[in-house]
Amino acid sequence: MTAEPSIPVRIDGGEEEAIAGPASARPVSSRAVLELRDVTKAYVLEGVVVHALCGVTLDVNEGEMLSIMGPSGSGKSTLMHIIGLLDHPTSGTVGVEGEDVVGMSANQLAAVRNKRIGFVFQSFNLLARTGALANVELPLVYAGLGAAERSRRAREALEGVDLGDRLRHTPSQLSGGQQQRVAIARALVTSPSIVLADEPTGNLDSRSGIEVMALLQRLNAAGITVVVVTHDANVARHGQRIVELRDGKVVRDALVTDRLFASDELVQLGMNTAAGADAVGAKAGGPA
Amino acid sequence: MSLVESFRIAMRALFANKVRSLLTMLGVIIGVSAVILLVAIGTGVQGQVTGAVQGLGSNVLFVFPGKINTGGGGSGFAGASGRPFSLSDARYLQQRLTGVDAVVPMSQGSATAKYQSKSVQPTLMGTTDEGRLVSSATLGGGRFFNRSENDAAARVAVIGYTVKTQLFPNVANPVGLTMTISGQRFTVIGWYEKRGGGIGGDQDNQISMPIGALQRITTTDRVAIILVKVTDAAEVDFVRAQITRFLEPRFGDQVTVFSQDQTLGIFNTLLGTLTIMLAGIAGISLLVGGIGIMNIMLVSVSERTREIGIRKAVGARTYDILSQFVIEAMMLSVLGGIIGILVGAGGALALSSVVPTKITPWAVAIAFFFSAGVGMFFGVYPAWKASGLDPIEALRHE
Ligand SMILES: Nc1ncnc2c1ncn2[C@@H]1O[C@H](COP(=O)(O)OP(=O)(O)OP(=O)(O)O)[C@@H](O)[C@H]1O
Ligand SMILES: [Mg+2]
Repeated sequence: MTAEPSIPVRIDGGEEEAIAGPASARPVSSRAVLELRDVTKAYVLEGVVVHALCGVTLDVNEGEMLSIMGPSGSGKSTLMHIIGLLDHPTSGTVGVEGEDVVGMSANQLAAVRNKRIGFVFQSFNLLARTGALANVELPLVYAGLGAAERSRRAREALEGVDLGDRLRHTPSQLSGGQQQRVAIARALVTSPSIVLADEPTGNLDSRSGIEVMALLQRLNAAGITVVVVTHDANVARHGQRIVELRDGKVVRDALVTDRLFASDELVQLGMNTAAGADAVGAKAGGPA
Repeated sequence: MSLVESFRIAMRALFANKVRSLLTMLGVIIGVSAVILLVAIGTGVQGQVTGAVQGLGSNVLFVFPGKINTGGGGSGFAGASGRPFSLSDARYLQQRLTGVDAVVPMSQGSATAKYQSKSVQPTLMGTTDEGRLVSSATLGGGRFFNRSENDAAARVAVIGYTVKTQLFPNVANPVGLTMTISGQRFTVIGWYEKRGGGIGGDQDNQISMPIGALQRITTTDRVAIILVKVTDAAEVDFVRAQITRFLEPRFGDQVTVFSQDQTLGIFNTLLGTLTIMLAGIAGISLLVGGIGIMNIMLVSVSERTREIGIRKAVGARTYDILSQFVIEAMMLSVLGGIIGILVGAGGALALSSVVPTKITPWAVAIAFFFSAGVGMFFGVYPAWKASGLDPIEALRHE
């Protein structure tokens, strides 16, 4: 994990090609990068067993953009933590890129988390009293990169989420949406092959939410497998497939027929806004 | 993650919480400096007493009233009891002993000495004109009192260096001046050069006078100790036997005669106990400091369980977390330890004009490693526990 180029992503800069074409045209490979078999998770609280997940079987294919929906408390975050190797299932197996991870040691799991998975937490989980740049550098520290290279890539990732001018700001000096974007930059900085985002739009207004979805769709277009948890049906429609959880079980697993493309939405939003500078910029800079 | 990186992270964490870092270090600083200072005092006093006793030469016998138990764990003078000596006992010995240079009775007292508007509180040493034969002090000017002055219990005084500088700050040669001691007029006839140090006080803050004059001030005829200077060191045992024999009819077996070695042994036992007591007090402060460190480190680490969770979530291995906290704890305790050593050594130096002090390497080492160890353990143990958690459990920590 040393010389891989970071993904050139921008939320609203216009220099990249439009998402719609390649994203929809891209064939989703049928190779499963995430395989969950009969995964359960039970919490014991004061003698009472809470079943957060009751036998989830799920494949996420390479290059896929999957949305996980469900009401509050249905086990979405729990599932994401297990997929993201942050938590152990009570029973069942979890495979990441063909490797069974249930038997792995803590340090092996840490390496997988570091190199292959980018996780965006529902509650950001940024280091307090630590600047945005240092926060984004963190995964690279544990990947063993030198200071100069780390700083360069973290800066790039922050510029990619349009926070190039907030490098020294600590989380408490950033808005919720900006913290969310720092968290996303941190997830992307190691160029992972899988990005997991738990309610990435939960704390944002609709426009910022669409910008984040545009970013995730662009990542997905670049070949990265993306899993997004949301309780918002419109947000879920940005994926190619929606899995619905209820009481810890998968109750629906269907392809999206009327997929939304965030870049189109941004263009429309721009036309409806008096000062649609961003969208105009996006248009002008269109496909080279 | 490299060691350099661990250092950088630790530095950043310490600077991000300056007050907490300082408080943690304070525990180490207090513990280390207390041990160094108190042990320095204990050792210093011991060394000074040893020096003073040895300075009298190996052929001086110490005669104490009462039976003093020298055996093993005996607590020295605690065993001394029985009738005290008087001047007539000293005279009696002097008349009978053969092979001796001097028989010197000695007593101590304290009083206020005044000259014009100045006053000091010196230790008064009552002795005879032969007292200078068993003293390691050297005259800076003037003379010691003579036989006739001694016999007349004349009010003449030989003053220590501190007394001279404090009572007569602007007088180069105070010989001939008259001061009052406890209201009685004394003439200065000589002064001592600076000696430095002293047992529980300043050796230079002393006034020597005929023992009869002292007894007039203290209104007692007691003599604390009789020093016997043997002419030939080879005859020490012979003289000792004479002393025991001559005093038998008067005191029975309630007399103790010590050679220099035995006296040193007694003092060393006594002062060793003192040193151990001081070390014990210092040890308690070290323990309290240690508890302080422990407390702050525990709070700090549990507060940072979330941080540990975040670091693990983005790929930190157990080793990464541990090395970060080990280095952090090490930096705190080493820095605190060094400051503590400096403070303790500085304090010992500053006090050396009042009390003899000697800085001992083992006290420095013990204090330093104990504090550092406590800091390490309580910094690293919770971190080690947290590093074993699943990342999500650490993240959930409140
Ligand atoms: N640490 C825990 N201890 C006990 N029960 C827990 C714990 N974490 C989650 N649960 C329970 O597991 C269930 C699923 O929780 P989870 O956080 O996965 O829900 P969610 O779908 O992400 O909800 P939301 O949309 O509100 O984020 C809930 O009933 C919750 O109470
Ligand atoms: Mg959730």
